[in-house]
Amino acid sequence: MENWSLFSLCVLLGLTSRWAVSFHSYSGAGKPPMFGDYEAQRHWQEVTYNLPVHEWYFNTTNNDLNYWGLDYPPLTAYHSLVCAYVAKLLNPEWVELHASRGYESHSHKLFMRATVLFTDILIYIPAVLLYCFYFCDGSSKQKVATALCILLYPGLILIDYGHFQYNSVSLGLALWGILGLGLGWDLFGSLAFTLALNYKQMELYHSLPFFCYLLGKCIKQGLIGRGFFQLAKISLTVLVTFALCWMPFLSDPKQPLQVLHRLFPFGRGLFEDKVANTWCSLNVLIKIKTLLIHLPTTLSPFPLSLYVSSPQNISQPVCLVINEIPLIAIWFLLTSTFSMLPLLVKDGLLLPYVVTSLAFLFLSLYLLSALERSTEEELRLGLYRKLTRHWLPKLNLSRIIKWKFWFSLVAMAALSFTSVWLEPPAKFPDLFPVLVSILSFLHFLGFIIYFNLVQLMEPQRKKSQKKTN
Amino acid sequence: MSATSHLLKVVIQTVMAAPMTNDQSWFYALALGVSFLKCLLINAYHSTDFEVHRNWLALTHSLPVSQWYYEATSEWTLDYPPLFAWFEYGLSHIACFFDKEMLVVPNLNYASPATVLFQRLSVIVADVVFFYAVKECCKCLREDKGKDLLGKPSFILTVLLLWNFGLLIVDHIHFQYNGFLFGVLLLSIARHCQNRHFEGAFLFSVLLNLKHIYLYIAPAYGIYLLRCFCFTQSNADGSLQWRSFSVVRLVILGTIVLSTFAVSFGPFIALGQLPQVLSRLFPFKRGLCHAYWAPNIWALYNIADKAFSILGVKFRLLDINKLPKASMTGGLVQEFQHSVLPSVSPLATLVCTLLSILPALFKIWHRPNGARGFLRCLVICALGSFMFGWHVHEKAIMMAILPLSLLAVDSRKDAGIFLMLSVTSHYSLFPLLFTTQELPIKIFLMLLFTIFSLASLKTLFRKGGALLNPLEVTYLLGLIPLELICEFVYPLTVWQKTFPFLPLMLTSVYCALGVTYAFIRLYISLLTCSDTTKKTKMQ
Repeated sequence: MENWSLFSLCVLLGLTSRWAVSFHSYSGAGKPPMFGDYEAQRHWQEVTYNLPVHEWYFNTTNNDLNYWGLDYPPLTAYHSLVCAYVAKLLNPEWVELHASRGYESHSHKLFMRATVLFTDILIYIPAVLLYCFYFCDGSSKQKVATALCILLYPGLILIDYGHFQYNSVSLGLALWGILGLGLGWDLFGSLAFTLALNYKQMELYHSLPFFCYLLGKCIKQGLIGRGFFQLAKISLTVLVTFALCWMPFLSDPKQPLQVLHRLFPFGRGLFEDKVANTWCSLNVLIKIKTLLIHLPTTLSPFPLSLYVSSPQNISQPVCLVINEIPLIAIWFLLTSTFSMLPLLVKDGLLLPYVVTSLAFLFLSLYLLSALERSTEEELRLGLYRKLTRHWLPKLNLSRIIKWKFWFSLVAMAALSFTSVWLEPPAKFPDLFPVLVSILSFLHFLGFIIYFNLVQLMEPQRKKSQKKTN
Repeated sequence: MSATSHLLKVVIQTVMAAPMTNDQSWFYALALGVSFLKCLLINAYHSTDFEVHRNWLALTHSLPVSQWYYEATSEWTLDYPPLFAWFEYGLSHIACFFDKEMLVVPNLNYASPATVLFQRLSVIVADVVFFYAVKECCKCLREDKGKDLLGKPSFILTVLLLWNFGLLIVDHIHFQYNGFLFGVLLLSIARHCQNRHFEGAFLFSVLLNLKHIYLYIAPAYGIYLLRCFCFTQSNADGSLQWRSFSVVRLVILGTIVLSTFAVSFGPFIALGQLPQVLSRLFPFKRGLCHAYWAPNIWALYNIADKAFSILGVKFRLLDINKLPKASMTGGLVQEFQHSVLPSVSPLATLVCTLLSILPALFKIWHRPNGARGFLRCLVICALGSFMFGWHVHEKAIMMAILPLSLLAVDSRKDAGIFLMLSVTSHYSLFPLLFTTQELPIKIFLMLLFTIFSLASLKTLFRKGGALLNPLEVTYLLGLIPLELICEFVYPLTVWQKTFPFLPLMLTSVYCALGVTYAFIRLYISLLTCSDTTKKTKMQ
């Protein structure tokens, strides 16, 4: 079968599962007074459409920042504005100032879901396809299989099409950035990544490797001459992009300060949700470490997977390496989906969670032959082997990893089951979410150690590969 | 080895990542994949057929057998044969564990989340029969070693059947049990291909007692079994050898069929309820066409009648006051009266249907072509009954498409006909899902199936030119503007209020052209196929 047909089938499967998940509930459905992320996005359409730009991030009588005030950078606000124009055409009640608070209807839900699908088709999915086409090894069938597995990653589908968010925009733009860098189009890559950054400030987590890679590349080309020019061009691109995005806010010095205040609310507590904040402390450690290790060297796309934090941002880069170390990547991605279980259950997304996780597990294990491609060499266990060589030379590391994999899946399944079916004891009402957090955290700790060790071994492994080839 | 032990072996080998000796894992991957997709569609729109089956669960569970065909609290009375009622009875015992309230007959339109989950899961699980049947059908195909997986006929057939667009949207969205029923049909066909004719006959009689719509293809079975099984041998030139008639075989076949019917209808005959049961099974008072015209001859007949009456009035040939009021586009299931052309009665449709399938039956009597000829005749019987039948539902087209898939992976001519028929008839199923929420799903799934069938069959038969001629391609491409007009443009115009059923009519008529064309081509292919195809792969 021809390539284009295989890729189209892959895209259609991805789109079908996305839209089918969208049939289910969204965050805060039917839960006044605050509702949830879905209402937040609707509210931003209302605010951006009805109020002038200089009021968007300020607390005024018309804009109560306590009720889902804007806390993403300007590009999100512009996106909401565009959606609001469309909403106004379809049904003005959806964005009526004040009166549309808590508006819920079937047609409105369809509209909101459609906006997610539209941006997904426009930005994220083409990026994934191009990435698999240009940067994945293997036959075209393997590339399509990789693309399918990435598109079926449950975490993104459940959050974007279930809970309701637009992560596909920022992750898609970041992926375009990676594509740009990988293809040697540095300016395009910087532009795309800057846009991603201006869409969601969480992309800062990915900004360090981008910066280090580009800086390193320019240094390699010589700081006097070509390298300097390149650096200048990239800096200019980034600055101009920032300026264009923030232009409406640059007239008054108070404006950008207020926006930044909204984006980085240091006044809020550390543990806003029981899930995501195990990352904050780890994040700091990782950032320092990467600065020390990687400033002098050029980066390949591969190590980008290391510099991560929240479940969404961590999963995206790991998706990209799913074809290189399938078993670990699949394990990781399932864990990241599992870590969001309390949130998904709260949103009424248990059924899609179960179905998409199981589907992803079986299909990716099958399509990428993850269990067959799990020798020590393929699992990059070189350093582990070195460490255990003295005490336990006969250890079958590959088998251990596989058993751990299955055991961890059973544990996650069991905890999922008990979270839903059993009542927590009265003394510990948050028992199950906390257990989920702890289990996920332990897994992620293991993964971070693993990825770091792999990263350390990478140059040596490439050298030995070159020798054998 | 049996299917369960094979599946267990797959699971164990998957866990331990040991290589499989015979690589059938792709079949299970496809089956599992489509099952997951079906699970995601649990929360999609479901039609009144959902309530129909809930009602049948309730009445078979709560009422004694003697009341089953008399119960009329709900408008959706039991109109399937007794074996299906027993199937619902069996399901109802599992339903207790989900939600007892669904089994209460007066709970009309009861659709709690547990009820929806149970009913949807029952369809998904019942599809296991279909999976098994598809696996058996793949065994009837020619072994094709050395080809890569995506080019294997068995792989292509598996996808065409397991991921069939019609089955997915009719069974798992609209809500019906066709997967299970077609599983029995395909299994019966597979058994005939494998020369296990007694089993095939038994399965078909069971099928008739599950859903009597399969009477459409009973003539094909009857003639084929009589000609190829009861007459044990043919002469060298393929003609009938009267001396080889085997009374034993006829008697055994007869016993199998009659005993199946006896088990099914026996209790009701004993209760003296047979007339009532038959009246429920064959309600002829409904109109010539369903509210949405199936894309058959009568759709073309209706439109011709309408056109003549409009033209006649325009050119003052007819008096508008003398014309009967046209009620066909009213959307309700009423009696039809045609204005210019003669009205059509149930008897007329029966005669037309018989006339349409007689040549095919005669052909396989005269020069049977083994299992492949039988299959072709079966498809023609299904299609003929669809084309000329009384009050045909558009879903009935699947009875032609699924068996045709088996022929499509075997011969390039059939592949071309299959493409024409499947794309047209799948499109004709679009009006079944009229909700906005399901619009993307039906478009994505339609594209999925169409792209796959086009690309895979093209690759399979790459030697010998294109599968579809330019006219056919143009016709199929015409479906795209048709969809855009009917679903996107027309609702925004003023005519939406005055002529709300115009898009449906357009869809029926356009698809009817394609279906008729496929029917004619199939017939030509049957009547002109020579006996040199004795070396058929399905023998």
